Amino acid sequence: MAVKTIKVDYLARVEGEGGLKVVIRDGGVASAELKIFEPPRFFEAFLRGRAFSEAPDIVARICGICPVAYQMSAVQAIEDALAVDVGAPLRALRRLLYCGEWIESHTLHVYMLHAPDFLGYEGAVEMARDHGDAVRRGLALKKAGNAIISLLGGREIHPINVRVGGFYRTPRRRELQPLAEELKAARDAALETVQWAARFDFPDRERDYEFVALRHETDYPFYEGRIVSTSGLNIAPAEYDAHFEETQVEHSTALHAHMKNGGAYLVGPLARYNLNFDRLSRLAKDAAREAGLGPVCANPYRSIIVRAVEVLYACDEALRLIDAYEEPERPFVDVTARAGVGYGATEAPRGLLYHRYEITTDGMIKDARIVPPTSQNQPSIEEDLRRFIGGWLELPEADLRHRCEQTVRNHDPCISCATHFLRLEVEHAS
Amino acid sequence: MRPDAVDGRRVVLGVGNLDRGDDAAGRFVARRLREAQLDDVEIIEKGGEATQLLAALEAASAAFIVDACASGVEAGALRRFDVAAQPLPSKAFALSSHGLGLAETIELARALGRLPPVCVVYAIEGESFETGAPLSPKVAAAITGVVEKLRAEIVTVAKQGEERDA
Repeated sequence: MAVKTIKVDYLARVEGEGGLKVVIRDGGVASAELKIFEPPRFFEAFLRGRAFSEAPDIVARICGICPVAYQMSAVQAIEDALAVDVGAPLRALRRLLYCGEWIESHTLHVYMLHAPDFLGYEGAVEMARDHGDAVRRGLALKKAGNAIISLLGGREIHPINVRVGGFYRTPRRRELQPLAEELKAARDAALETVQWAARFDFPDRERDYEFVALRHETDYPFYEGRIVSTSGLNIAPAEYDAHFEETQVEHSTALHAHMKNGGAYLVGPLARYNLNFDRLSRLAKDAAREAGLGPVCANPYRSIIVRAVEVLYACDEALRLIDAYEEPERPFVDVTARAGVGYGATEAPRGLLYHRYEITTDGMIKDARIVPPTSQNQPSIEEDLRRFIGGWLELPEADLRHRCEQTVRNHDPCISCATHFLRLEVEHAS
Repeated sequence: MRPDAVDGRRVVLGVGNLDRGDDAAGRFVARRLREAQLDDVEIIEKGGEATQLLAALEAASAAFIVDACASGVEAGALRRFDVAAQPLPSKAFALSSHGLGLAETIELARALGRLPPVCVVYAIEGESFETGAPLSPKVAAAITGVVEKLRAEIVTVAKQGEERDA
C-alpha cells in the first residue's frame, strides 16, 4: 500500500497559528486534517462574572481583524436578554461600522493573503514588486475601512465606542462628509478589485455545500436576520443551539461545528452571496454578473471574487447609510439590568458569528457562549481538501502543497478567533 | 545619509504590544520621546499590523522605527539597522500574529516605493514576551539609553537639513 503524507507545519497567510496534514493512500486522499495548535483562549470563561456592560470591550479583544463582529453579536444578544430595542438610527450606525470592518478585513485577505496564490507569488511582498499598482489600490481601499472604524469605533483596532444600548458617542452629520468622499474613491477601487480578481485563473472545482447565513427582510445581511440554509432551515438566532452543535477533535484546539441533522456546513462570503444575491445593491449585482458570477457560486476558489463583490457592496451601502444618516437624539438608549437569556447572530467577514448570554438580576454575566465562523467552517475546509486535491496528486510535491494551502485560504480561516485554530502535513510513504 | 532626506515628515514609530512584556519596548521609547517634545517630529505608536505601519510611513522623508526583537543576544542589547540600505534580518522580527512582520512590512514599503529615504530600525532585544507581563528589568533599564541615542540621531538629521538649507 502506497501512503504519502503532505505536511505543512505552519500555514502562512492565515490569521493565527495552525497547520495541515493530508494523507494520500493508493492514489486517493485518505484523510485531511486542519491542525489548530494555537492555545485555547477561554474568552467565554473571562466573561462569566463580569457586568454585561463590560462585554463589548472584552469581546473586541478576541480578534484584531474582526472586533466589530464580536461587539455586534454581543450587544445584540445582551440587548435581547434585557429586552432593549436601540431603534432604527442606532441600528443603521452599527451597520455602517460593520461596513468598515468588511472593507478592512476582506481587502486584507483579497490583496495580502489570497491574491498571491492566483498570481504565483510566495506572498504579498513578492507580488508587490510586480503588481505595485494593485497592492497600492488594496491599501487605499483598506484605509477607507479603517477610517470608518476610527470615526465610529473611536480607534482603528479593538474599537471602544460600542456599548449595550447604542454608542458612547454618535457622530455629527458633518463628520461623515469627509468619510463619504473617501468612500466614493474606495467604491471605484472596489469595482476595479472585482474586475481584477475576475481575471485570475480558477481551478474547476465545485461542491454541493450546505450554506448557512443570515437573511434579512430587506438588507444584505451583516447586522441582523434569521439563520437560513440551502436545505431550507429558517430559524431565529435563539434556536441556533437546537440545530447546531460543537464537538472536540483531537487535532484542533478549536471546536468543530455541525448541523445536528445534516453534518458539515459552510458560512462566510459564499454562503451569504448564494443565500442573499437578491439583497445586493444594483452596483454589486452588476459587477458580480460582469465578473462571470451567477446568483449561485459553488466554487470556493472564486470566493476571492465574492469577497471583492462584498467589499463593493459595503462601500456602496456605507455611502447610502451616510447619505440617509440622521443624528440620533441620544447616542444610546437606557438599559436596565434584569435576569434573562439573549441571543445574537451577525455576519462577521468570515461568516455567521453566534453569541448567547445569560444575565443575572444584578446585571452580571452568568454564562456566555461564542461560536465563531472558523469553528463552523473547519469540517467543510477538511472536506474541500478530501474532495478537491485528488486531481492534483501527480503534481510535484511543492505544487501539491501549495494547492492544499490555497484550498484552506479560500475560506480565510481566523485561527485566533476559533481557538477555543494552522501547520500543513502531506505524507508520501510506501 | 542622503541630503534630500531631511525634508518633509520625520516620524518616530514605536511598535509593539503593551500587554506582552518586552514587546512594548518600542512603545515606551516613543512615549519618552514624546515627553521630550522634539521639534517637527511625529511620534506614532502602533501595534505592528502591516497596513497600519505602511500608512504611518507614508510621505515620510525620515523614519526611526523602534521595535523589540528576539535574536538570542543579551536582553536589553540595542542594535541599529539602516534599512534604507538593506533589508532587516527577518528572523529576529517574526513576532507578528498577522502574517507580515516588521521586516516584511519594510520590504513591502520598498517594493511599493514608499520606504522613506532615511529609514532606521532600532531593535531592542527582549527576553520576556508573556501576556500581561511588564518590561523585564534588563529591557526597562535599557530604555533611557535608547531614547538618548535616538534623540541624538534625530537632532543630527535635523542639523544636516539646516546646513543644507543655509
